[in-house]
Amino acid sequence: MTIFNRRTLIKSAGAAALAAPFINRTALGDTPLKIGYVYLGTVGDWGWTWAHEKGRKEMLAAMGGKVTADYVENVNEDQSATPVIRDLAQSGHKLIFTTSFGYMDQTLAVAKDFPDVKFEHCTGFKRADNVATYNNRFHEARAVMGAIAGMQSKTGTIGYLGSFKVPEVVMGVNSFAMAAQAMNPNIKVKLVMIDSWFDPPKESAAAETLANLGCDFVTTHTDSPAALQVCEKKKIFGFGQGADMTRFAPHACLTSILDIWSPYYISRAKAMLDGTWKSGDSWWGVKDGSVKIGPYNKSLPDNVKAEGDKIMKGWGDGSYDVFTGPMVDQSGKERLAKGVRMEDKDLAVIDWYVKGVEG
Amino acid sequence: MSLDLVIAAFLTVVNITTPILLAATGELVAEKSGVLNLGVEGMMLCGAIAGFAVTFVCGDPDIADKLPWLAAAAPWLGTVAAAIAGALSSVLFGFMVLTLGANQVASGLALVIFGTGISSLIGTAYVGVAITPFDSVFPDSLASDPIGRVVFGYSPLVYFALIVVGLVGWFLNRTRAGLVLRAVGENDLSAHSIGYSVIGVRYLAVMFGGAMAGIGGAFFSMVITPLWAERMTAGRGWIALALVVFSGWRAGRLLGGAYFFGLFMTLELYAKASGFSFLPSQFWASMPYLMAVLVLAVMSARARGGSEAPACLGKPFIPDA
Repeated sequence: MTIFNRRTLIKSAGAAALAAPFINRTALGDTPLKIGYVYLGTVGDWGWTWAHEKGRKEMLAAMGGKVTADYVENVNEDQSATPVIRDLAQSGHKLIFTTSFGYMDQTLAVAKDFPDVKFEHCTGFKRADNVATYNNRFHEARAVMGAIAGMQSKTGTIGYLGSFKVPEVVMGVNSFAMAAQAMNPNIKVKLVMIDSWFDPPKESAAAETLANLGCDFVTTHTDSPAALQVCEKKKIFGFGQGADMTRFAPHACLTSILDIWSPYYISRAKAMLDGTWKSGDSWWGVKDGSVKIGPYNKSLPDNVKAEGDKIMKGWGDGSYDVFTGPMVDQSGKERLAKGVRMEDKDLAVIDWYVKGVEG
Repeated sequence: MSLDLVIAAFLTVVNITTPILLAATGELVAEKSGVLNLGVEGMMLCGAIAGFAVTFVCGDPDIADKLPWLAAAAPWLGTVAAAIAGALSSVLFGFMVLTLGANQVASGLALVIFGTGISSLIGTAYVGVAITPFDSVFPDSLASDPIGRVVFGYSPLVYFALIVVGLVGWFLNRTRAGLVLRAVGENDLSAHSIGYSVIGVRYLAVMFGGAMAGIGGAFFSMVITPLWAERMTAGRGWIALALVVFSGWRAGRLLGGAYFFGLFMTLELYAKASGFSFLPSQFWASMPYLMAVLVLAVMSARARGGSEAPACLGKPFIPDA
């Protein structure tokens, strides 16, 4: 395995350009399939990129010697991503994962020039013959958190720290609120958007604000454990995001959402080797092993843990869907009739909050 | 709004403001000596990782068993380490712009990139661990009632920041050394010709700026969120830079301006959490900057033109041999 930084990548890309015909020939032989990853943060960010890196390593272990995988970290979501993706394609990587929403147009632009290279763009919605998209159904795990908060909240007011009003966040808020209200119909969710995915000082201040306004739970949809540390200090409760965050808040962290990317990465690497790779959109969840929850806090009563397990099991066997009607929006209008499950195509573009969400 | 809520909100304002105030106070001194150091963000990150690392290592449970005094002193040592790390990173900048006469804007931007990179590099060993926050050192009984909390409820660094901005104001306006520093910033050639070491004064001012930025950065990693995360200062260094301009290079206004920023940032969060959704959230987020533009416009209209910036700000000084 080689770790590239931008400088060595550019060097090796230069060498690869000179040796391009040679590489193309050897790629057809028995040499391992080369896979490339483009990361937004660093592999040690304990969040989004860390989870992808874990997926990459597990994929490598599962595939034995049949593939190699390189990554480039700290790639900005702007035009500077284009040469990084291009260099990976030029240096013989046949399957390239671009792991953040902001690489969408850059991925498509490079893909046009490399029709024989397959690209996979995480969380995007634009596809091509050689560009697939993929994401995980994180809102499934958020239903477990909502249920825990609904059962355990004493004030009945729960803070939700969001980043931006994008479908991913809106479905998280709705999943959380509906699962909480299923336990306690009077639950109110106070929503604060901080206009950033990563701003620890602001996440911390916002969590403090929500606690001061009477929330005894603050759940986060941003990337750092900052808010969870505030929960610990204020003696209220919260949940980890992206990784088990118990170590940052031994009392406050009741459980965590875990992003598990390896099942998808393994299946796509296999598809490449079999020659069955096809473009498309994948949205995997609990039943595919792509979304899990971390260990429960030992302070949680058994009936609450059982409720959480029931929801996870329900997602797994398809007997549970948090987005089952009636779904009523903030203005009181019914958006989904009783007993009907929301279709993925509607969920993917959702832009309204359910009743009980404030802000 | 109950009194408790107002006080709780005030604590948030103080926490948001203090790191910006520390960094801006340091930058004020550097700029008064005529050096524009845009690298505040980088120096803050150096301080943040140094403060966190030293606190973490000294507060290690194994050490606490053998050397309890070291564990007790950990946050203070962390603060000193943060100041040293910030000052060291600023010396690099100083060498470029003062000794070599390089362009200050370019060198400052390079310092941001350098600070971000080296803090990330050192920080890889400290991802995923937490320390005890550097909180109030007063006994809890003092901070039990609302007034007590407003007076005694903060990290020692909060009081430190207030003392430093006061001392800097006094130093710049009431002392001979402060006068020399301002002279170097206003007219380097004259200061040089009457025998003051322009370069020497500027080195000291830049290092003071670095040390304060370092402690400001440590306020993030040791007080607000006692953990290390890459780029955790999230742009506060740039706000500190803007604040120096906003203050018209005066310590008193700097203090007021910093709290003004902190107040609006907190108001934004309260407005959102209380459901004032008649205004889009982006509007609230831009409020502090909007207000800054307004205040600047009013101030410059009052001043009837003419800049308050030190006359030699950003100009390299290369003495004739």
